[in-house]
Amino acid sequence: MSALAGLVRKEVFHILRDRRTLVVIVAMPILQVILFGYAIRTDVDRVRLAIVDPAPDPVTLALRARFDAAGVFDTVAVLPDARSLESLFRRGAAQGAVLFEPGFSEHLGRGLPGSVLIVGDASEPNTGSIVQAYAASVVQAYAQDELARGRRVQIVPTVRMRFNPTRESSNLFVPGLMAFVLTIVSSLMTAISLTREKETGTLEALLVSPLRPWQIIAGKVAPYVVVGFISVLGVVAEARLVFAVPLRGSLALLLVEGVLFILVSLSLGILISARTSSQRVAMMGALIGTMLPTMLLSGFIFPLESMPLPLRAISVIVPARWFVLVARSIMLKGTGLAYLWRPTLVLVVMAAVLLAASTRAFHERLEG
Amino acid sequence: MTADAAITAHELTRRFGGFTAVDRITFDVRAGEVFGFLGANGAGKTTAIRMLTGLLAPSSGRATVAGYDIAREAERIKRRIGYMSQRFSLYEDLTVRENIRLYGGIYGLSDRDIDDRTTRLLARLGLEHAAGQFVRAIPLGWRQKLAFSVALLHQPRVVFLDEPTSGVDPITRRQFWELIYEAAAAGTTVLVTTHYMDEAEYCDRISIMVAGRIAALGTPAELKRSFTVSSIDDLFVRLARET
Repeated sequence: MSALAGLVRKEVFHILRDRRTLVVIVAMPILQVILFGYAIRTDVDRVRLAIVDPAPDPVTLALRARFDAAGVFDTVAVLPDARSLESLFRRGAAQGAVLFEPGFSEHLGRGLPGSVLIVGDASEPNTGSIVQAYAASVVQAYAQDELARGRRVQIVPTVRMRFNPTRESSNLFVPGLMAFVLTIVSSLMTAISLTREKETGTLEALLVSPLRPWQIIAGKVAPYVVVGFISVLGVVAEARLVFAVPLRGSLALLLVEGVLFILVSLSLGILISARTSSQRVAMMGALIGTMLPTMLLSGFIFPLESMPLPLRAISVIVPARWFVLVARSIMLKGTGLAYLWRPTLVLVVMAAVLLAASTRAFHERLEG
Repeated sequence: MTADAAITAHELTRRFGGFTAVDRITFDVRAGEVFGFLGANGAGKTTAIRMLTGLLAPSSGRATVAGYDIAREAERIKRRIGYMSQRFSLYEDLTVRENIRLYGGIYGLSDRDIDDRTTRLLARLGLEHAAGQFVRAIPLGWRQKLAFSVALLHQPRVVFLDEPTSGVDPITRRQFWELIYEAAAAGTTVLVTTHYMDEAEYCDRISIMVAGRIAALGTPAELKRSFTVSSIDDLFVRLARET
């Protein structure tokens, strides 16, 4: 058995025998996809709807019946005026509201436009947009059906969003989540497992052995590359099967980019462990140095476009930013390498520089 | 420098910034000798050992181990030395057999050699029953003996032991020293650091480091005579006080 194969085997034993950590790295991505997926789910079944109908008559009753029949709304209150609406929203008892203007059917009867105000709670961005879209389509469908029966009604829906007028679009989370999961598996786990060997003294035994630094590093990281790769496959499959997130581009390209990003993250993990001597410090280093930037500065959760210039400038050196960009383009737009060579090149350069730096940091023989 | 010297150091020095951890130390260790490397904490023992094992580059001076220069031929030295630190060097979540296999592979032994030597090693230590157990499950004393045997697995010319017996009970310490003598009798040179002065008396020769320099060097009997002290313990305390 070659020395390197022995090292890899040993690392696999470490991973398989540390059950708790293994469960965390396997289960976390799966759980996170579920959590993030439902947090910004696009299809909502039961939106709590309040209806303000100052003067019920056959027309508003017919419209109300359609809201009930749409299958999306749950009418929780029918109010004569808008006064108590505010508190329903604040308590979260209502997520959307449809307000008929006083004299709604009278206007329609006289051939005038009747106006309907649709209000959505946009503090849950998707719910807000769904209220808007569905309510407008219910009103539209009613007008069309009436037209088919030879009656021209003009209904003008006005839409208002409460609490959070800007809305995040969906499906963006999966690429970001991949970056996040890979960062945890690659940077954090490598940093921790290397510093653990420092703490126990086994690293010294490896360093005085004839093993070359690159062999020690390769033996250490190879199993984590595999774990990271499996995580990516898992996240992509889950996002597809459970949430029908599209994969419009090439899976092979996505995986190659994934491996690049894994290499970058692993090198960061090695660098962190070369500078620290305890697992606790290494964990903090990995959290602050890699996971926070991945969460905050990659565009995963907060759009880069809306960041102030200094933060945008910093985000340029965050590897996850480039990976998220690439992964989003491949998955959602089906973009190919022809258009993605620039961010890919950035990742290649980062991987090369960081790998060299981390091997060097090892070469310095842990002096001092 | 004698022809059969396993270790030679000449004016070996290591500085960290303005601090000189090892200050121009010169000594030889003969092949098959058990050489005690003594000194208080911070006297520079560990730094010296790190230079001799190739973990740390010297600032100045020269040294050879197993006939090779530590600055230019570190890779050759690494194949010919064994090392066991005060911090334990086996993996606790691997079994006894897996640890032996791992280190055998690292030192380039063939599968056959590894199997043969594993069988012999376990028999000598009386650990056959524990071969499949995790190292963390066996008592500390056994672990230390196992770590020492694993450090000798590739039959190194020189073995460095950095406080190998710290935290071990007196009976196990005695057994450990029997292993050291066995290795020396088989021709392995042993350089050992210790804080136990009774162990210093077991060594063929000792050096005592004080503040980065070698303050005394010789057989235990010679040193006691020339410094007119009754034990190495007294000598150690006297040298440490003088600075």
